[in-house]
Amino acid sequence: MNAPAAPGGFGGVGESAGRPDGRQKVTGAFPYASDLRHPDMLWGHTLRSPHAHARLLGLDVAPALAVPGVACVLTARDLPAATHYGLDLPDQPVLAEGRVRYHGEPVALVAADHPETARRAAALIRAEYAELPGVHDEASATAPGAPLLHPDRADRYAALVPHPNVVHRQPVRRGDLAAAAARADVVVAREYRVGMQDQAFLGPESGLAVPDGEGGVDLYVATQWLHVDRRQLAPVLGLPPAKVRLTLAGVGGAFGGREDLSMQAHACLLALRTGRPVKMSYRRDESFLGHVHRHPATLSYEHGATRDGRLTHVRARIVLDGGAYASSSPAVVGNAASLGVGPYEVPAVEVEALALYTNNPPCGAMRGFGAVQACFAYEAQMDLLAAELGLDPVEFRQRNALSEGSVMPTGQRVDSPAPVAELLRLVKERPLPRPRQWETRDSATGARRVEPRALPGGLGRASRGESVVRGVGYAVGIKNVAFSEGYDDPSTARVTLELSGDEPVATVRTAAAEVGQGGVTVQTQIARTELGVSRVVLAPPDTGIGSAGSTSASRQTYLTGGAVREACAAVRAEVLRRARERRGRPADGPPADGLRLAEGKVVTAEGEVLAGLAELLEAGPVTAEREFRHRPTRPFDPVTGQGDGHVQYSFCAHRAVVEVDTELGLVKVVELAAAQDVGRAINPRAVVGQIHGGSLQGLGLAILEELRVDAAGRVRNPSFTDYLLPTVLDAPSMPVDVLELADPHAPYGLRGAGEAPTLSATPAVVAALRQATGRALRRVPVRPEHLVGLAE
Amino acid sequence: MDFLRPATWEEALAAKAAHPEAVPIAGGTDLMVELNFGRRRPACLLDLGRIGELARWHREKGAVRLGAAVPYREIAAALGGPLPALAHAARAVGSPQIRNRGTVGGNLGTASPAGDAHPALLAAGAAVEAASVRGTRLIPVEEFFTGPRRNALAADELIRAVRIDPAGGPQEFAKVGTRNAMVVAVCSFALALDEAGRSVRTGIGSAAPTPRRAREAEEFLAGVLAEGGHWEDRRPPPPSAARRFAELAAAACAPIDDVRGSAAYRRHAVAVLARRTLDRTWTAYRGGERCA
Repeated sequence: MNAPAAPGGFGGVGESAGRPDGRQKVTGAFPYASDLRHPDMLWGHTLRSPHAHARLLGLDVAPALAVPGVACVLTARDLPAATHYGLDLPDQPVLAEGRVRYHGEPVALVAADHPETARRAAALIRAEYAELPGVHDEASATAPGAPLLHPDRADRYAALVPHPNVVHRQPVRRGDLAAAAARADVVVAREYRVGMQDQAFLGPESGLAVPDGEGGVDLYVATQWLHVDRRQLAPVLGLPPAKVRLTLAGVGGAFGGREDLSMQAHACLLALRTGRPVKMSYRRDESFLGHVHRHPATLSYEHGATRDGRLTHVRARIVLDGGAYASSSPAVVGNAASLGVGPYEVPAVEVEALALYTNNPPCGAMRGFGAVQACFAYEAQMDLLAAELGLDPVEFRQRNALSEGSVMPTGQRVDSPAPVAELLRLVKERPLPRPRQWETRDSATGARRVEPRALPGGLGRASRGESVVRGVGYAVGIKNVAFSEGYDDPSTARVTLELSGDEPVATVRTAAAEVGQGGVTVQTQIARTELGVSRVVLAPPDTGIGSAGSTSASRQTYLTGGAVREACAAVRAEVLRRARERRGRPADGPPADGLRLAEGKVVTAEGEVLAGLAELLEAGPVTAEREFRHRPTRPFDPVTGQGDGHVQYSFCAHRAVVEVDTELGLVKVVELAAAQDVGRAINPRAVVGQIHGGSLQGLGLAILEELRVDAAGRVRNPSFTDYLLPTVLDAPSMPVDVLELADPHAPYGLRGAGEAPTLSATPAVVAALRQATGRALRRVPVRPEHLVGLAE
Repeated sequence: MDFLRPATWEEALAAKAAHPEAVPIAGGTDLMVELNFGRRRPACLLDLGRIGELARWHREKGAVRLGAAVPYREIAAALGGPLPALAHAARAVGSPQIRNRGTVGGNLGTASPAGDAHPALLAAGAAVEAASVRGTRLIPVEEFFTGPRRNALAADELIRAVRIDPAGGPQEFAKVGTRNAMVVAVCSFALALDEAGRSVRTGIGSAAPTPRRAREAEEFLAGVLAEGGHWEDRRPPPPSAARRFAELAAAACAPIDDVRGSAAYRRHAVAVLARRTLDRTWTAYRGGERCA
């Protein structure tokens, strides 16, 4: 892929260079993983449990095998090696054996010559279940005699948890809470709930596994992290990692939902068993069952403040529903605990976060990762406290805002810019959008015209302006960037500079998954800037190079961008060495001689052209590979939660302006303004795109998006008919302010940008809804019932 | 799966008689979803796409005869004059893509309680033209819906057209959905005033096992309007009467709790829509205009 430069620009760092895959994606020509084809391929299909908790008494696969066109049926008995996998704990069965723990758990696999044949054959498998009582919330999961999801736990969290149905628990304690609470003039304590949001990426889980004829397999797959897939796959296939090769296929969105395995092991098992290529591609309903979701949460908060508007203490308990398997629950707990009081200075803190094992769908990574749930609760608390104190909610936040030098509840000092108060000021000082934008007067006749698209309820005409009330709300959040708690998540890049024809071309190779975020663009920009060449080619990401780490945690521009930059620097050093050698200067001459690469030439500090890049490359290509790490972090103390656990913090503030039909509880978000510090905008347009996307996903959680799970643990709305994503008529105007306050520890000073906007959008919208309706609204998504007082 | 593609209406009727299990398909906006989700697997599909007359409408003895396969886009664009409630409902359907494909005939065939066209057809007093090789009959639309996703068609019948009298006064349609576009109705309501007939008709969607009229509400309001001389002097009915009308509309509902909304909310929202549509239609009537 070759990224177009921005019009009139070079396409380097700091420019809004165009996406290399942009035209293809807009015209529909981009090949996604679901478009993969191979001659002679079979189609795989997964039989899933209809029950949330049951004994699996028997599986009779004979009727499926009898269907013409079926090549293979696999159950847990057919697994060749490891039977379980997992991102953190290997607690998840590749195929259920003896017991199913959630609705949708894979039970058997079918490969056939047509997808429909595979589906119909799977439906013929006779699975015999005996339903078991399930646990679906904290009370039932920790009740005496509660069924244990994983009775024989020996994992590294097991010894520290209060109950075997708790995956992981992380306390954070700082300061003298009793003394601080005694100083509080005002205390507010409330309970909040967050429903189960889904990543709802548009490209379903898809991949193609091709056996290599020598016992190994090549897997082309839409994923967020090729190497962690392989780490889990190889033991399941019983193969050394070198025989399991992964190549990234076109990814249609991820948002955390592709960090866990879905169809990867299943397709490879079928391919290795049949000796034929096997494609799997989920339908939409299966996709909703086939990946982890955002943890639903119950959050109890007590906040105290003095009369002059200073926080005294925060006590919080955050209970996350992890569902049947661990996935990334432990890390989500760590985030919820360590970021649980928000971007504020709080003298005394007592936070406890934990994730449960239940018979609900497994939950794991989703944009915001534990910080989203907490932000909804602590920002609602900040509004309540401000109201109790008679203070403006923004002013109250600013008085308590974190800044550079502040100390987090974990004891970690914030050692780079933290412009929390400034971000709030930026959104607050924006002019408010004009009221009643849906109403106009004909200038000639004076007749009233109504634009239904701008009203709550849209084209349904539920409101023509009746009972429409405006509300305004504010929120700010804090998110960590990159993997935390001592995790080592380096990225690797190999850069080659060589002649193509007589023109220098840089080839950048990494294993970083492009999931839509624009990593392909920024890697190209970095190579252009560092090497002074306009032509940059990106090699397809695969496991033929070292890991890039996950495309998640707002980390890929930081880590893979950092790796590309270092590899480019090494290539540049060699090119400059050749130039010095050629011109008789000291070969490894000091950087102080000021030589640099620009526009395909080696240029001296004085601007004199020393050599053309092309002539230097005639001696052969220059290649360098570098592994890049962020500075190390430390685990949180299991009792006190103290520790320098995070690499970097990221901040975003929102102001939401809503209009509510207060009789029907319908909502139009009129404007959702954001301000975010990104340290350095490598690609300003892509940064704004991230902020828009994150804001809209936060809006979705505020008023629309919830995967509904019934009391028996069954998913009730696995479709885009009833899992409601915001449409263009639900998307508000989204003005954005971007600050670029450099983080001295990060490449180019950049700050990971992808997640922070998802946090504060939700509480800002709900705060605006509270102002418009006067209702407490302590649960998201807020539904019309809540806004009209027909449900709590 | 067999796929029949009759070229003429007569061929279609013959095919349906020969294959009563055949499921007709026009725009496919309901049926293809069902097929893709694996919820239905009909042995035979009967494609009506080649029969041009189904995609046309014309005036016949004053009434609009709307071919079963006229897409919503066309209804919204061309029929706002004679059929204002149906045109409003057509604009509330799905997305532009769905409005290009979806049809009133398909809506009736599916007979979902949430079908957007149904309340407007009920309020307008439409009749469904059902045909078979045995002949043609007109089914009043309130007799057409026999249960959730069930209708009065015989196994050999197809919907050819819908006959709808042009509005004899202001009409309104309003739909509540949790999202501002592309949403299945949580509930909907249509209201038609007939000045010459001094009558009122309603349609309720998505708040009972079938789309239905709120007959008591209609009779109550018609009585108030007649007794109070409102048709003549165009004064609005008193607020107490509007409230009672709304209560009776809500009382006509028999809603369920589901993922789209609670029964209590549906009743509440139907009452709000009834009051608002009355207010809007009467405002239009006072102004001597139709609701734009």
